[in-house]
Amino acid sequence: MENLAIVAVFIALGYFFGRMAESRHYQSIHEREQAFLHLPTTSSKKPLGHIGPITQARLVQGNVVISVDYFKRFLATLRNIFGGTIQAYETLLDRARREAVLRLKESCPDADQIINLRLETSSISKGDTERIGSVEVLAYGTAIYSQQNTSQAAPQ
Amino acid sequence: MFLTNIEDVPGKTITVCHGIVSGSTVRAKHVGRDIMASFKNIFGGELKGYTELLGESREQAIDRMKGQAQQMGANAIVNVRFSTSSVAAGAAEIYVYGTAVTVE
Repeated sequence: MENLAIVAVFIALGYFFGRMAESRHYQSIHEREQAFLHLPTTSSKKPLGHIGPITQARLVQGNVVISVDYFKRFLATLRNIFGGTIQAYETLLDRARREAVLRLKESCPDADQIINLRLETSSISKGDTERIGSVEVLAYGTAIYSQQNTSQAAPQ
Repeated sequence: MFLTNIEDVPGKTITVCHGIVSGSTVRAKHVGRDIMASFKNIFGGELKGYTELLGESREQAIDRMKGQAQQMGANAIVNVRFSTSSVAAGAAEIYVYGTAVTVE
């Protein structure tokens, strides 16, 4: 009986704090995505569009580890019985990927374009998956700097 | 040392190919971080300790790869790929590999 009460408290805590954290995170993602609209990322191996002579190219990366809250994990367990989409985990992965790409962009704000973007997802605690529902997403790519950009940036 | 994950270094030409280089590191999380992570498991959100841990491990793996490439006399690594696998509960292996080349 006591155990049940503890679980209920965890679920309630997870519900309130998890929802708060998620909406706050989405808000910050939207804001930063707007701010980085000038820096396109592509999954192609050659830069797209008109770009001047390339002066520099370097490997850039961004990573994030995100965990689900207790309430969502509970929902997911229920879903395991009936089947269907687990929306709780869909938003978790969506947030993690967008956050990783944003961190990648933040590491090279002056670049012209980021090409060959790769996303890699892994669950870092496989041995005890029952305990921790967390994923790591790594985004990596090649940041391209062109002459055009440096000459534009110089007067500022 | 130039690092890219495309097949060449833009603006340069590859003159010599030295072959595959790789670097790996296996890291375990420490107890303090694990306790914080279990709290986060109730409330949800980013596990900053783990993000940093994996970031540091990746830097170390890249350094090892660069060291190998330098020994071969290369000045660039192209087609870099990352991979992560969990070898045991609470430990992760970070592996990074690429092709060492000389560019001009």
